[in-house]
Amino acid sequence: MKSKFTIFALFTFAMLSWGLYAAMIQAPTEATMGPVQRIFYYHVPCAWVMLLCFPANFLVSIAYLVKRNALLDALAVSTAEVGVVFCTIVLLTGPIWGKPVWGIWWTWDARLTSTLVLWLIYVSYLILRKFSIGGPNPVLAASLAIFGCIDAVFVFGAIRWFRTQHPQPVFGSGPNSGIDPRMLHAFFINIAAFTCLGILLVWLRFVLERIHQKVEEAHAMKALAALPAKVSR
Amino acid sequence: MTFAATLKNTLSKDLRLEWRSKDAINSMLFFALLVVVIFSFSFDLTPEESRLIAGGLIWVALLFAAVVALNQTWARELRNSVLDAYRIAPAPLESLFMAKTIGNFIFVTVLELVIAPLFVIFYNLRSIGPTYQLVLVSVLGNWALVVNGTFFGAISIRTRSRETLLPLLLFPISIPALLAAVNATTTTLTGEGSAYLPLVFLAVYDVVFTTIGLFLFETVLQAE
Repeated sequence: MKSKFTIFALFTFAMLSWGLYAAMIQAPTEATMGPVQRIFYYHVPCAWVMLLCFPANFLVSIAYLVKRNALLDALAVSTAEVGVVFCTIVLLTGPIWGKPVWGIWWTWDARLTSTLVLWLIYVSYLILRKFSIGGPNPVLAASLAIFGCIDAVFVFGAIRWFRTQHPQPVFGSGPNSGIDPRMLHAFFINIAAFTCLGILLVWLRFVLERIHQKVEEAHAMKALAALPAKVSR
Repeated sequence: MTFAATLKNTLSKDLRLEWRSKDAINSMLFFALLVVVIFSFSFDLTPEESRLIAGGLIWVALLFAAVVALNQTWARELRNSVLDAYRIAPAPLESLFMAKTIGNFIFVTVLELVIAPLFVIFYNLRSIGPTYQLVLVSVLGNWALVVNGTFFGAISIRTRSRETLLPLLLFPISIPALLAAVNATTTTLTGEGSAYLPLVFLAVYDVVFTTIGLFLFETVLQAE
């Protein structure tokens, strides 16, 4: 297990390095946006990882409610936390790019607003996990995760339909508008590299959560073992 | 006991308790009144401007005030371990959830009935679109708030900082319903465009979240 993790970590590191080289050196500078466009190679892969983590959290939460297996709960925490981390990166890198290109840090455009609301929902999930009495309560958390994920569908709809007064910002170059192949190359390497990074982080967090669970369990067993002795005294 | 009998008993018990103590309704009404007054001090508006933003203000005021009532829903059952009695009682727990939701719905409806005239007076409101839409949106929006609020109340009661946690869980989930309710209210007040889409959206939202709430309530209440 440990050696597998090390190998995968090294592989991820190599992928990220390759991605960095491809994004910063190989890919040409974008004509209108200039160097700031390169943040794209990080912004979109992070959004991609986030969109992998949150649905994973939803599925794992349902599975937990059905099976009540602690492994699944550990996986639910890991995917939610890593998802929130990548969502935060998306929300931070967006304005860094938006300010020089759109001239504004933030706009209440559908994509931005949905991402922000998604972030709020999953932060509330993490808060609930932190505040439960007697350690994290997986059942409550899993229920909230189900509510949150179904709510996300409504969020996308609501924002598309009811907040359309604002003009949609136009993306300079979609993948079909004669984009340089080296850009596409850098882009896909980074998508792959960040997927690896996401899996690596979830894996790491999962192992950590399992250790937490085992420590909790050991404490509980110890307390139970000490109980009759105390009573008899 | 059957679903209907449990629902009736719990609901009438809650209403009787509230009628005698008036805990939730009084604090909720006063809180909402404060919000209305503070908002109207904070903005100096012409009738046209107020028509544009009153929809947002009224729903924010309702959302904040509803939390006051929602927090008391389950806190009331903690005294004398009534909640534990519910958990072991051979009655369907879904009917308990339904009764609590309907109870909260009634409280928030009373709140709406008091708050709406205040808004009309303080903000010189006059609806340009059809008024019956306002009734529809107040019913659908109210249900969206209380059904999620009652469910998350049952979750937050199991945590350390009960009263603080409920809004933290409820507000992010309520954002789509709030957007739709505000949109429907503003479209009706200004008479521009149709409130049909947000009303349908709210109805679907209500049905979906009532279903998930009923489905998951027992799991949440029995969670160790």
